[in-house]
Amino acid sequence: MPATLKHLLRIKGLSEESIQQIFETADHFKQLLNSPVKKTPSLRDFTVANLFFENSTRTRVSFELAEKRLGADIVNFSSSTSSVKKGETLIDTVNNILSMKVDMLVMRHPAPGACMFLARHVNVQIVNAGDGTHEHPTQALLDAYSIREKLGSVYGKKVVIVGDVLHSRVALSNIFCLQKLGADVMVCGPKTLIPRHIAELGVKVEHNLQNALQWCDVANMLRIQLERQDIKYFPSLREYSMQFGLTQNIMNQLDKEIVIMHPGPINRGVEISSEVADGNNSIILQQVENGVAVRMAVLYLLAQHQLEQSKS
Amino acid sequence: MEARILINHRQTELIIRRFVLQLTEQHGNLENCAIIGLQPRGVELSRILIQKMNELKPDHKASYGELDNTFFRDDIRRGEIHMPRPSKIDFNTENLNIILVDDVLFTGRSVRAGIDALINFGRPSRVELMVLVDRRYNRELPISADYSGVVVDSRSTGEHVKVEWNPNQNQTWLMPNKV
Repeated sequence: MPATLKHLLRIKGLSEESIQQIFETADHFKQLLNSPVKKTPSLRDFTVANLFFENSTRTRVSFELAEKRLGADIVNFSSSTSSVKKGETLIDTVNNILSMKVDMLVMRHPAPGACMFLARHVNVQIVNAGDGTHEHPTQALLDAYSIREKLGSVYGKKVVIVGDVLHSRVALSNIFCLQKLGADVMVCGPKTLIPRHIAELGVKVEHNLQNALQWCDVANMLRIQLERQDIKYFPSLREYSMQFGLTQNIMNQLDKEIVIMHPGPINRGVEISSEVADGNNSIILQQVENGVAVRMAVLYLLAQHQLEQSKS
Repeated sequence: MEARILINHRQTELIIRRFVLQLTEQHGNLENCAIIGLQPRGVELSRILIQKMNELKPDHKASYGELDNTFFRDDIRRGEIHMPRPSKIDFNTENLNIILVDDVLFTGRSVRAGIDALINFGRPSRVELMVLVDRRYNRELPISADYSGVVVDSRSTGEHVKVEWNPNQNQTWLMPNKV
């Protein structure tokens, strides 16, 4: 049960039961967020530090809002304006912050596994807000939560993840999360952007967008992560867009309605056209809205763990 | 001490009938009123109450809802783990007279959390409290019941009140705590 969960570092180690409990708790928070007063005092006396060693808009604002609405005190840290620039190590930085009596860390870091490394070396609860190309667990949870909200259940649904799967932490977390909830997952993209052995995770692999969309109930469009690409994986963005960009024209050719998702930020006109991103099938803004409720649920459930620890 | 029955099935029925009469005496046909059961155990009482209200006063105008106070408790991370239960309030509580229903009034802390949770839905004109058992002398906050089934002078430690809701056998016990 999440009540005994100390950290949220990755989806891989989470049970289906824990995910369902996070969703059920998020349902209550979503109801609260739609009421006139959106705040609860659940985490008063609780201090959360948001450590962002990498740029972020949605995740950072979403976590910050979730923490504020739970009544926690928060401190924000961004590597660009900190002593990290002066050569301080990650453990030293974190230990210094912890000595100021911080109860929980929300961390984004460009290095895969940074959160797991930290969890082994410092005594604090950690929520992974994205570590390099490894995992982005809260994004996967809110994606699955949004599918559940839109289609009633994740079980048995066919979900295709399209785009830069190779560099995407969202893709990996989504694959684990959706599979745990009983969905059928496919990845689609140019061969250079699909990890070679990904089929061993039990996902289908497709290189033709039309075929993938015809198969699926939900399409999760990923951004091309140019900042993580040190070599050219495809000839040009224009060519990528022509083969893997989702346009209204392609949507019109499908003989069924599918749900369109995107974890953001969107590169309009590259992986998805504005018409589709803003269209009726898109739940992109619902994903952002659900993000706050899901993150409130995660923080609330993790905070209960600390209680158990202090009791024993 | 030995466990003893505080309220038997017949007495529970009479108390709920009395509640219906008291509410109609106070609020007429309950226009502008809402009966809201507090999760988890107040809901059992509030459901029976609204059922009895429909039976005895079929023309009443009260709205009915259920409220969870988990996120507003003051003992979070201080005792047992609290998981939320659903709140169902599908009407506007603004300017309504709310009758908050719980089974046992003891320290008053869960009612305080309930009032905070209620105010999240809007600003009611007035909030009244209805309880089946009022354990007086044990209050930790300045809260009192407007309608109570029975008032019990019990010790704050070593005893607890247990309400059993069964369709044909509603019983309320005063029991020793397990050691």
